[in-house]
Amino acid sequence: MAKSRDEIFAQVQSTLVDALGVDEDEVTEQATLTEDLGAESIDFLDIVFRLEKTFSIKIPRGELFPDDVVNNPDYVENGRFTSSGLAQLKKNMPHADFSLFEKNPTVDTMPTLFTVKTIVNYIERKLGG
Amino acid sequence: MRWMWIDRFVAFESGRRAVAVKCVSRAEDHLHDNYPAYPLMPATLIIEGMAQTAGVLVGEARQFADRVVLAKVPRATFAGDVLPGDTLQYEARLERIDDAGAMTSGQVQCNGRPLGEIDIVFSHLPRETADQLGIPSHNFVFHDDFRRLLAAFGLDMSRYPTAE
Repeated sequence: MAKSRDEIFAQVQSTLVDALGVDEDEVTEQATLTEDLGAESIDFLDIVFRLEKTFSIKIPRGELFPDDVVNNPDYVENGRFTSSGLAQLKKNMPHADFSLFEKNPTVDTMPTLFTVKTIVNYIERKLGG
Repeated sequence: MRWMWIDRFVAFESGRRAVAVKCVSRAEDHLHDNYPAYPLMPATLIIEGMAQTAGVLVGEARQFADRVVLAKVPRATFAGDVLPGDTLQYEARLERIDDAGAMTSGQVQCNGRPLGEIDIVFSHLPRETADQLGIPSHNFVFHDDFRRLLAAFGLDMSRYPTAE
């Protein structure tokens, strides 16, 4: 039987508590991984490994947390995403909410895309097929 | 090559698990200061022993081609002290490995009894990152000295490509 969104959220929450050593009540859907939960770059690898195990899925590199767009000079100029860069990022991250980010699409504000909700959306899409 | 905190592998299943032992001796310098009246093996060095056991397991799984570096210790629990004369056994299991890195789970026994559990995340350091950080771009992890040591442990190193 398919998991409900609440079930997915609870498992993501538990995964982040284990990976980041945060309290359960800190892991809200709106929380950003880096600013709110204190994740560092290496934690992303840990989180991906744990999500794969928890949900018995395979997460190809860059699918949940894309890193290729930001490193492409055609998509970023002076620390700011070009229109084609933003379009590519949206295409690569259909699971993210861009409403805040697209007002100021810079490399520095990119972590705002990586929220708990982004992960839950991704898992929901992944399990949904 | 002094920084070795395992004495011998006693089991090695490629890509799956590795078991190593470490005999704790009162002759080890660090025990003289930690602590003078109560020599105690520091938990950090027990973690290092597991990291070396698991790190070799991770490196061997991909023919020692990667720069395997310890990235994170998500969990390390210990239920007691380790004293001179004790024998530690590290059992590492490879949970996951890909181009980005690997994750291992591990159990530590002391004199045959459970002592603790240590999980480790390793990163495969790309050459470009090594260049950016100004650290050696050659494989500084599995270099020639280390390979000779692994051979002494009984691993048939002729099976693997030579270091870059």
